[in-house]
Amino acid sequence: MSTLSLARAPAGRRAFGGRQALIEKLTGIGFATPAIILLLLIDLVPLGVLGVLSFTDYELGGTDAKYVGLANFSKAMADPVFRRSMWNTLLYVAIVLPGSVGLGLLVAILVHGRKRTRSFYEMVYFLPVTATLIAMATVWQFLLHPKLGPVNAFLRLIGAGEYAFLSEPSLALPTLAVIGMWQLIGFNMVLFLAGLSSIPKDLYEAAEIDGCANGIDRFLTITWPLLGPMTMFVIVTTSITAFKIFDTVAVMTRGGPMGSSEVLLYAIYLEGFQYFHTAYAAALTVIFLAFILAFAVIQAFVLDRRVHY
Amino acid sequence: MATVALKGITKNFGPAPVLNGIDLDIAEGEFLTLVGASGCGKSTLIRIIAGLEPQSAGSVMVNGAPIDHLRPHERRVAMVFQSYALYPHMTVAGNIGLPLTMQHLSLWERLPLIKLLSPRRRRVMAEIGAEVRAVASQLQIEALLGRRPAALSGGQRQRVALGRAMVRHPDVFLMDEPLSNLDAKLRVHMRTELAELHARLKTTFIYVTHDQVEAMTMSDRVAMMDAGHILQLGKPAELYARPANVRVAQFIGSPAINLLPARIGEDGAPEVLGCRLPMATGLPAGSSATVGIRPEAIAPADAGKPEAGQVSLPAVLRRAENLGAEFILHFDVAGLGDQPVLCRVPADHEHGTHGRTDLVFDAAQAHVFDAEGNRVEPSGLAQRASGKPVRLYLTGGTER
Repeated sequence: MSTLSLARAPAGRRAFGGRQALIEKLTGIGFATPAIILLLLIDLVPLGVLGVLSFTDYELGGTDAKYVGLANFSKAMADPVFRRSMWNTLLYVAIVLPGSVGLGLLVAILVHGRKRTRSFYEMVYFLPVTATLIAMATVWQFLLHPKLGPVNAFLRLIGAGEYAFLSEPSLALPTLAVIGMWQLIGFNMVLFLAGLSSIPKDLYEAAEIDGCANGIDRFLTITWPLLGPMTMFVIVTTSITAFKIFDTVAVMTRGGPMGSSEVLLYAIYLEGFQYFHTAYAAALTVIFLAFILAFAVIQAFVLDRRVHY
Repeated sequence: MATVALKGITKNFGPAPVLNGIDLDIAEGEFLTLVGASGCGKSTLIRIIAGLEPQSAGSVMVNGAPIDHLRPHERRVAMVFQSYALYPHMTVAGNIGLPLTMQHLSLWERLPLIKLLSPRRRRVMAEIGAEVRAVASQLQIEALLGRRPAALSGGQRQRVALGRAMVRHPDVFLMDEPLSNLDAKLRVHMRTELAELHARLKTTFIYVTHDQVEAMTMSDRVAMMDAGHILQLGKPAELYARPANVRVAQFIGSPAINLLPARIGEDGAPEVLGCRLPMATGLPAGSSATVGIRPEAIAPADAGKPEAGQVSLPAVLRRAENLGAEFILHFDVAGLGDQPVLCRVPADHEHGTHGRTDLVFDAAQAHVFDAEGNRVEPSGLAQRASGKPVRLYLTGGTER
């Protein structure tokens, strides 16, 4: 091929090679264009607008806006609502993350041990993932109702008294966290099951001969180390999902009672779409994105190291 | 060092028996190989000895005492897996040392962080480290101790797996097809190394393989298994020279033995393709039998000496495989259909292009099997009377 083209007249070669290269280039651009347009329209342009807005005093419906520098950000730092919602969100993540990862792993190990009933349990635990959380939130609202709900009926039956799970300030956020865990456990279980299935059975047998006599030894020697990469992945995805809590708050508590379940996304939603403080909401969103970005960077770093054996 | 005795080991998977009452006595320091085609139950048997699989009936005894109630790690057996089953997250040193760590450290001394509280842990780990280095130097893998299994070649992984087995000083080594994941050249090399390792350690080895060459080259004794039974137990040479069953004859030896259909004549002598073998079998006249002839026991008759008056059963040279030191000749013989008769001849043999030839073999070297495939010891071989071998022309059908 190369000798052939060398033998050609330079002009002819350029014409031939040039057209070929052009066609290839156009084909490549043609394939990439739809994705690039979508990415621009849905992600990049709005992100740029968001960044610009966060430095202005724009309000929804206004015709002009003034550059205010970092005023929105300094306002956020001093805003008790924002600080409370930030604290609540971190608290929510702190409950949901260990709960849904730990329980997801436990359920996965138990389900992995089943033979005939495995697919049944997989389905049972995975159902909450497939359900629409808004609809499920309504169901939970009924379940937890102080007078009508079966949960309180059961608690009354065993003499534990009656709890207003969603209207008692100290209970609202933990209750939402339990619902969040309920939804995440199934997904984490499936990820852990995939990890468990990829551990060769030979290793457990070798470990048994080498002296791993009980479940704890086997777990510590084989399961846990070999699930390590998967666990890191689950932790990062769970953190991001938990950080984005919105639906249950919006449907069930609306940030109440007394702001005890105010979370970041809900605060942004209120500022942006209820009070129309668009620029301020944009600034809050930038802060929120910074957190998500931090998680994503950790994830990329961890995923890079995933193939360490 | 230990004797191993299997008493009536039976294993059923569902209704189908995989092992049918296996009895086997293995002497102290013996290298015993379980050989057979896949699905014959050899791996199940070794897993029962290891304690990885419970038997349905029967008992495993080590040094005369039953070990059926013991968990795998309590049995003082070490196993080398076909896949090596190395722990991918541990270094070579960690892999080899794990059996000792499990043995000498309690659970809390192995827990992350909490283990740092143990005062004696450091000393124990140092002892284990020394032991691991000693084993590694025996296997010449000291330089690899810091590496993870993923960074090792197949042969190196094999050695690490051996090291992990050796470090415990077990009574019995169990090896489940340990060489089958290696390439051909390395397999030949590791065969020698394993045999030497056995000679050095003088421990009882129980070795499972489907490769008859491994069985023949390394073992003190070979147990050939088929469909959950032991067909024959004996020294490799015995299995080769006096196969107890047609399936043993077929399995042991490469290229495989030539099996020719035969019919027992009026005087009890087998007739192969119309040619009578001068021996008495004691089998009922008219029953069918099989005659086996090893490829090295049969050869084309010297050219240029056609026997006059012979009924000609033409053997035609189909193919000659050059193995360097020898040729494997494939002959078509009328009456055998597509099945060729194989002859192993020296490389200097003049097989040339003479398509048609006579095949000749020594009747004393023929193996006779009855209709069930069991070996029949012939008597009254003419050879013994005359003192010289009776040669028999397959093509001719008459004695010479």
